[in-house]
Amino acid sequence: MLKTINLKKVYPNGEEALKGINLEIPNGQVVALIGPSGAGKSTFIRTINRLVEPTSGKVYFANKKNDITSLNKSKLRKIRRQIGMIFQEFALVERLSVMENVLSGRLGYVGFWNSFFRKFPQKDIEEAFRLLQRIGLEHMLDKRADELSGGQRQRVGIARALIQNPMLLLVDEPTASLDPKNSRQIMRLICELCKERNLAAIINIHDVFLAQNFAERIIGLKAGEIVYDGKPSGLSETILTKIYGEEDWSKNVAN
Amino acid sequence: MNDKKVIWKRKPLIKNRLLRIGLILLISTYLLSVFLTTEIDWQRILEGIPRGKNFIFAFFPPDFITRSDEILAGIFESLWMTIVATIVGILISIPVSLGAAKNIAPKFVYFLSRGVITLSRSFQEVILAIFFVKLMGFGPFAGMVTLSLSTIGFFAKLLSEDIEDINKSQAEAIKSTGSSWFQWVNYGVQPQVMPRFIGLSLYRLDINFRESAVIGIVGGGGIGSTLNTAFDRYEFETAAAVLIVIISIVMIVEYTSSHLRKLIK
Repeated sequence: MLKTINLKKVYPNGEEALKGINLEIPNGQVVALIGPSGAGKSTFIRTINRLVEPTSGKVYFANKKNDITSLNKSKLRKIRRQIGMIFQEFALVERLSVMENVLSGRLGYVGFWNSFFRKFPQKDIEEAFRLLQRIGLEHMLDKRADELSGGQRQRVGIARALIQNPMLLLVDEPTASLDPKNSRQIMRLICELCKERNLAAIINIHDVFLAQNFAERIIGLKAGEIVYDGKPSGLSETILTKIYGEEDWSKNVAN
Repeated sequence: MNDKKVIWKRKPLIKNRLLRIGLILLISTYLLSVFLTTEIDWQRILEGIPRGKNFIFAFFPPDFITRSDEILAGIFESLWMTIVATIVGILISIPVSLGAAKNIAPKFVYFLSRGVITLSRSFQEVILAIFFVKLMGFGPFAGMVTLSLSTIGFFAKLLSEDIEDINKSQAEAIKSTGSSWFQWVNYGVQPQVMPRFIGLSLYRLDINFRESAVIGIVGGGGIGSTLNTAFDRYEFETAAAVLIVIISIVMIVEYTSSHLRKLIK
C-alpha cells in the first residue's frame, strides 16, 4: 500500500534527518514509529505527503505506478486528499468552528468559491455530522475549536482526517499533550477507526507502552535509520537500549 | 576570612577607553557649539506676545452658523475621502501583505511587495498630497488617492508581520488535506490574522480621518480645505468652529475605534 525506497532528507543546515528509509506497509496495518526526539519520525511522515520535500528516494502509494516525489503540484494535491493527517497539539484552526474544521478535510474536493462561502456538498455535511456523532461531539459543532478541551480537540482532528476518506493515516504524536486517560482513549479510537475502515496508519509516538498496546507492528527509528522492525512483543531490553540508549528498561518490556 | 576586598565595577558600554573618551568629547563639543551659535531674537519674541494674544482672542466666539453649509460639506467630503480611501487601501493591501510575508511568498514576490511597502512609506502624506493635487487638480479625489496609497504602506507592513507570526501547524494541517493555495490562505491563514486585520482597519480609519484634515490644507479637499479658506478670509471665528468640529470628530473616531479594537478577540 505504501512503499518507500531509500528515502533521504538532508536539511539545508546539513542535518541528515533521514538516512535512507526502506519500508513497506500493507493495507490496513497500524504501525507505531518509536524513537527518541530528533530521530526523524516527524520528518519521515512529512516526506510521504511532501509537507517536507525529501532530498532523494521514492515513495509509492496505493499501488500506483507514479512515485509521489516526482508528481506535479495538482497531482500531489490529489494524493494528499487520500492521506489523512493527525497532529501533535491537534493543529485545529482555532478560530474556526468545529464543523468548519471537520469540513476543511474536504477542501481537496471542492472549488475555491464554494469553500469560501462554506457551501459544501450535502453528503459532506452529513458525513461530517456522522463523524462528529461517532466521536461524541455532535452537540459542539458550532463551538469555536479553541473552546474545546485537549481530548475533544484531538477527536475533531481525527474527524478532519477521516472525512478525507483516506487510505492512509499519518499520525504525529497524537497523545503528546494529553493526559494518560485521554491518551489511551485517543489511541483506542484511532485504532478502532482504522480497523472499521481497513485503514493503514503510521503513528509517531514516544510512549513505548502505548505503542506496544495498540499497534500491530513497531518500527524503531534512531538518528534517521530503522533499527527495529517487528512485533510489539519483540521489544526486548537490548532493543530498547539500541533505540533510545542505556537506561533501565526492565519495567517496560512486555512479557 | 578573606582579607582581600572584592572590587566590582559596571562594565562600560564602549570597552575601548580611547574611543569612549573621544566620543564624549566630540559630542559635547558639537552640542556646545550648537547652543552658542543659536540666535535668539528676544525683541521679536516680545513683540510677538501681544500679537499672539490678539490672534487667539480673534477665535472667540467660534462661529458655526455663518459658514455652516461649507463646514458640513467639508465634513462629508472628509468622511467620504476617509472611508473610500480606507477601503481601497485595504483591498490593495491584502495581496501586498500576502506577498510581503516571508513564510508564504516566494523570494521574488517578497522583494517586490516589500518594495511597494517601502515606496509607500517613504512619502509622507502631505508630500504625496501636494503631488497628486498638482496631478489631478484640487479636490477630494486627490486626497482620496493620497490616503489610499499611504494606507498600503501602513496596513500591508503590519498585516504581513502578523501573517509571518501565524501558527505554522494549523496552516500545515490545512495544506495536508490537499487544499489549493487560495483555500489554504482562506482556511489556514486568514482566521489566524482576522483579529489583527479588523483592528488595523479601524486604526487606519482613525488615522485617515486625521490625515484628511491635514491634506485639505494643501488642496486635497475636505474639512482641511474649509479650514484653510476660513484662515484665508480672516474669518477666525469660523476657523475656530472648524477646529472644534475636527477635534470632536477625531475624538469620537478614536474612542470608537479603540473601544471596538478591545472587543475583538
